[in-house]
Amino acid sequence: MSRKRFPTHIIVFLAPAVIIYTVFMIYPLVDSLRLSLYAPSAENPQVEEFVGLQNYQTLFTDPNYAPRLQGAVQNNFIFFAVHMLVQNPIGLLLATLLTSQLTRFKALFRTTIFLPTMLSFVLVGFIWGNIILSPLWGIADDFFRAVGLGDYIQPWLGKPETALVTLSLVSVWQFIGIPMMLFSAALIGIPDELVEAARVDGATGWGVFWHIKFPLILPTVGIVTILTFVGNFNAFDLIYTVQGGLAGPNFATDILGTFFYRTFFGFQLQAGNPTMGATIAGVMFLIILTGVLIYLVGFQRRLVRVEY
Amino acid sequence: MTAISHRFQSLSRSGQIVLVHGILLLYALLTVYPIILVVINSFKARQAIFRNPYALPTPDTFSFAGYDTVFNRANFPNYFVNSLIVTIVTLILIFLIGSMASFALSEYRFRGNTLLGLYLSIGIMIPIRLGTVSLLRMLVEMGLTNTLQGLILVYTAQGLPLTIFVASQFMKDVPRDLKDAARVDGASEYRIYWLILPLVRPALATIMVFNMIPVWNDLWFPLIIAPAEGVKTVTLGAQVFMGQFVNDYGAVLASLTLAMVPIIILYILFSRQLIRGLTSGAVKF
Repeated sequence: MSRKRFPTHIIVFLAPAVIIYTVFMIYPLVDSLRLSLYAPSAENPQVEEFVGLQNYQTLFTDPNYAPRLQGAVQNNFIFFAVHMLVQNPIGLLLATLLTSQLTRFKALFRTTIFLPTMLSFVLVGFIWGNIILSPLWGIADDFFRAVGLGDYIQPWLGKPETALVTLSLVSVWQFIGIPMMLFSAALIGIPDELVEAARVDGATGWGVFWHIKFPLILPTVGIVTILTFVGNFNAFDLIYTVQGGLAGPNFATDILGTFFYRTFFGFQLQAGNPTMGATIAGVMFLIILTGVLIYLVGFQRRLVRVEY
Repeated sequence: MTAISHRFQSLSRSGQIVLVHGILLLYALLTVYPIILVVINSFKARQAIFRNPYALPTPDTFSFAGYDTVFNRANFPNYFVNSLIVTIVTLILIFLIGSMASFALSEYRFRGNTLLGLYLSIGIMIPIRLGTVSLLRMLVEMGLTNTLQGLILVYTAQGLPLTIFVASQFMKDVPRDLKDAARVDGASEYRIYWLILPLVRPALATIMVFNMIPVWNDLWFPLIIAPAEGVKTVTLGAQVFMGQFVNDYGAVLASLTLAMVPIIILYILFSRQLIRGLTSGAVKF
């Protein structure tokens, strides 16, 4: 048996994956955290010296950074909230409709609604930012007038009060296919006998959904939530494409991804600062890690105990 | 909420069917209408676009001007080739390297197996972007900035965790008898891996389609590690081009259409695999 002799083949099978993954993913993540503890030396800016948590202190207290950090974190939570309140419930509704016995042309609807998820943020950003919502084209205005809301027409992306929610909804439009698919898969997996038994006991459609189906798809609710969380706190492309690196108007759409990019690379007059960039990445890392740990420890483990 | 539910219950069956299809149809329209608007207007002259953006191109309004600008002013064919090379090589690497690692993790009991599995799944949840500062420095030292190889290596590392995680679940489902029979016949472990591969190929193919989307569509890494003209991907090329020609709507619409159409065609061809991959991945999660 292979277990008795030195398992060279195991090393051969595993080495390429472990090496590429370690060198290009784990090492940069760890080294980036290390860099967040360094800063260019005052005497010689070419040399970086260890400064402990000073960068984090600067990030949290310096008037050049703290308001931006606070704004970005706050905006990022709003961005996430819109996805949780709009994308995931509508995704669940669409999934319920797509798995209903009444529905025809399921594959066609599913394929169509998933389509925008395939497109890059750049294309989605231009379609919405420069065409549909552009005052020059007036397509969104025509739509509001057609449904009788003509009085509410605004430059949606131009006003600080509406820009962030508008962009969040564009992102929802693009990604609704993912919760829809995951919820569909979970709903299909529910045995028909369970639903039939509840019906026989007199449960209505809504009762069946709330008391039978929803508890059974809770694991998927958890997966969708954590995927949304990680995706949202890592987002960058859409905002950068539509509003540029300054995430205007007046930083109203600035999230952690754009703040990270601007700080790392610099933008217009502001020079790039790699170690401060690494510090912001460190904060993002902590936020994402906290979310993932809450999911793994608090949610998934309890579910496993209840469900199986 | 229950009131709504009762009202829905009291609808006749045909009423329910109409309602369900009505909602789905409205949502599907919301999805495709913006895309259709882009495509039809890309074939119209500038004045016609603004006179009536909803009209189909007619012989009077038909114009190729936007496409002319795109082909004369930007290297779109070049960007496509770059994106194709990056995406295809990345997928081949993920397929080979990922399947080898998943085979080892699912087939052999060795010390540290579980730990290694956990180590390899960290990357499912922690985005590789967070290491960008250090990654860029490393690629500069290796001389891999502004090369397609640099992008390929980063995307391979990015795709491996989920691929290994899902693929090793599928590998475990391959009957043990099959492998033991081959061993009795004196097959080497490499040969057994090679024999197993076709059995899990459908599952792996779906994961590959799933891996393709973020690679093809990524803006972050091309922008940061490979922004030079010669190695621009379609996504970055389109972004830069549309930024420069932002007021030339014909050109913007044409470049949008050119960047979208290949993906839409691929999607329609592979949508069944993709959707199966997404759902099976979720089930195995």
